[in-house]
Amino acid sequence: MTSSSHETTTASRTTGIPALLKTAFINALIALVLFSLMIGIRTEAGSDGQLTYWTRFGDLASIVAAVFGGSIVIDLLRQWIGPTGAEKLVPASVQSGMSFIGRYLAPALLIFALLVPVIFYNQRYILDLAILVLTYVMLGWGLNVVVGLAGLLDLGYVAFYAVGAYSYALLATNFGWSFWVCLPLAGILAAFWGVLLGFPVLRLRGDYLAIVTLAFGEIIRLVIINWQDLTGGPNGVSGIPRPSFFGIPLDNSDDGLAAKLGIEYSPTHRIVFLFYLILALALLTNWVTIRLRRLPIGRAWEALREDEVACRALGINTTTTKLTAFATGAMFGGFAGAFFATRQGFISPESFTFQESALVLAIVVLGGMGSQLGVALAALTMIGGFELFRSLETYRMLVFGMAMVLIMIWRPRGIIGHRAPTVFLTKAQAISSDLVKEGHG
Amino acid sequence: MDYFAQQLINGLVLGSIYGLIAIGYTMVYGIVGMINFAHGDIFMIGGFIALITFLILVSLGLTAIPVILLVVLLVSMAITALYGWTIERIAYRPLRHSFRLAPMLSAIGMSFVLTNYSQVAQGARVKPIPPFIPGGHTLHESPDGFVIQLSNIQIMVVLTTIVLLGIFTWLVSRTRLGRDMRACEQDQTMAALLGVDVDRTISMTFVIGAALAAVAGLMYLLYYGLVDFFMGFVAGIKAFTAAVLGGIGSLPGAMLGGLAIGLIETFWSAYFSVEYKDVAAFSILIVVLIFMPTGLLGRPEVEKV
Repeated sequence: MTSSSHETTTASRTTGIPALLKTAFINALIALVLFSLMIGIRTEAGSDGQLTYWTRFGDLASIVAAVFGGSIVIDLLRQWIGPTGAEKLVPASVQSGMSFIGRYLAPALLIFALLVPVIFYNQRYILDLAILVLTYVMLGWGLNVVVGLAGLLDLGYVAFYAVGAYSYALLATNFGWSFWVCLPLAGILAAFWGVLLGFPVLRLRGDYLAIVTLAFGEIIRLVIINWQDLTGGPNGVSGIPRPSFFGIPLDNSDDGLAAKLGIEYSPTHRIVFLFYLILALALLTNWVTIRLRRLPIGRAWEALREDEVACRALGINTTTTKLTAFATGAMFGGFAGAFFATRQGFISPESFTFQESALVLAIVVLGGMGSQLGVALAALTMIGGFELFRSLETYRMLVFGMAMVLIMIWRPRGIIGHRAPTVFLTKAQAISSDLVKEGHG
Repeated sequence: MDYFAQQLINGLVLGSIYGLIAIGYTMVYGIVGMINFAHGDIFMIGGFIALITFLILVSLGLTAIPVILLVVLLVSMAITALYGWTIERIAYRPLRHSFRLAPMLSAIGMSFVLTNYSQVAQGARVKPIPPFIPGGHTLHESPDGFVIQLSNIQIMVVLTTIVLLGIFTWLVSRTRLGRDMRACEQDQTMAALLGVDVDRTISMTFVIGAALAAVAGLMYLLYYGLVDFFMGFVAGIKAFTAAVLGGIGSLPGAMLGGLAIGLIETFWSAYFSVEYKDVAAFSILIVVLIFMPTGLLGRPEVEKV
């Protein structure tokens, strides 16, 4: 945790080496106390329930040394860069080059995504990973409607994902309905729950809202676990039917798609089909979001995000605005859930924990709230990137948490950048000072 | 009736623990206006540090229970308070004037860091300790054999809470620090103009909140005999519910809310179903916020532009 070296650096910016060392020493001392018991001593319950412990002073020493060194490095960097921050680090030519790339990045990524099954046709692992990444891209874009556009912090997004998944799983296993009938139903049911959640929280401010949505997500999960008759409880629902190509199953039978097309059957067909299915769903989410953003409702969302009180003063109905944002976001969550259920073939409450909600939220936040491209890139980096370091699984959420903190400090509006409201006046308007309260123009 | 009385005792003890955590939420919200999402995890860290200190002291051959308890109390309060201080400096202070969701998101990130840090450092398994303070008193024995028990640990939890509340009330109402805190709660800019060190006051708020959470962690460890890395999450939401129920920003409200949540949870488990006790607690949060957004003892909030 080198980040603890942020302290007291402001005081030492203009001073010399002794102050630098003093700061580093204090930081190292703080780190020593903080980590002394938690890192220095490891406890473990033995087979007879008796607690034993052993010491890890080597690890403790290396962490404290890292804090000491990191503190010096960060201080030197600050003195070198100065208070201007990131602008000086990135030259103007690079910045304009990046914005040039940015313009063509989205179409390039889209073309690449379309070609993934062609390029990696025989690499099952990569295709599976791509499907996983796209699921999170879709979830991120869905949550982006609520958090990025409307500015409502939703910590229980996974509840709608769960509603969608269980809707499809239960309808398909109990009534044998096909995926294409259940998909819209799952979306509608999730949207219905979104409205239901929306009602009580309409009057709440941002941070209360977050806690209530969190509580709601937990309620849904606990009900799923405990309502054994309906949901199978912790055992989950298994034997969920695979999707068909509009009624034609993708299997090795005589009615299968491969047999009808007269080509040899391969299990990869289904994977490729699933890939294009989630790609289509994600693109649908993106397309609807972009369209809605240009409509009055989307503008009302962005106005709500910027200033709720002003929004109300202008006569925008904040009730319907919030409800539609919740419902739209929830609907896409429901679609993603139905897809998840059909892809896995088995679902259980373990897939819908708070960590999952927070992961999607982290993707939206890190990508830059409101930026479609940013969310896609964040999902690619976080889900794809971590897949490459499978062995570091235990550190995954630790790194996510640190990234969230650091990015809030460094760029509170996200790495890729935050979308400005879609509609802007072309010219800044001068407002007479007597129209403005105490110069807060 | 006897069963009811026994549940009443259990509920009050659980409520005291929630109340101690809830004070941390309420103080921070009152002064900084943010929900310290990581507060539940600070409670968990406090429990772990108490556990490790216990282990060391016992293995050193110390046998005097009061001495052990006192040392554990002081060590876990001190280290956990330093956690609270560090977290405020790293994750919240740079964001004090940022846009409104930023500190909340940073706090969620911090909560993840703490949960997973203790999982990495101490493992994911539940850590039990043997019962440390055995014994208790039989208050009443009914003819059909039901016994109302009041264990020594229960007495200790309630007594500790009362003593800490006394100290804490004195701190807020009588000392210089308490006056600074109340001034910052009213208006930070004005308080700064009048010579209150706002940064220091906010730091101290986090320190005191974390120290109280550490006591709650120790009490939890003694009462239930175990800690694990995930216990901060649920306890944190319940304590937050308690703070909201009592009226966020109000200190007596936090304690009252804590007792209410403890009683509701205990009675729900006793008379309805254990499985749905958390659902009941979370539903209360939603219901309270719909019908009493300012809680039992809270002040109505004026929205500023």
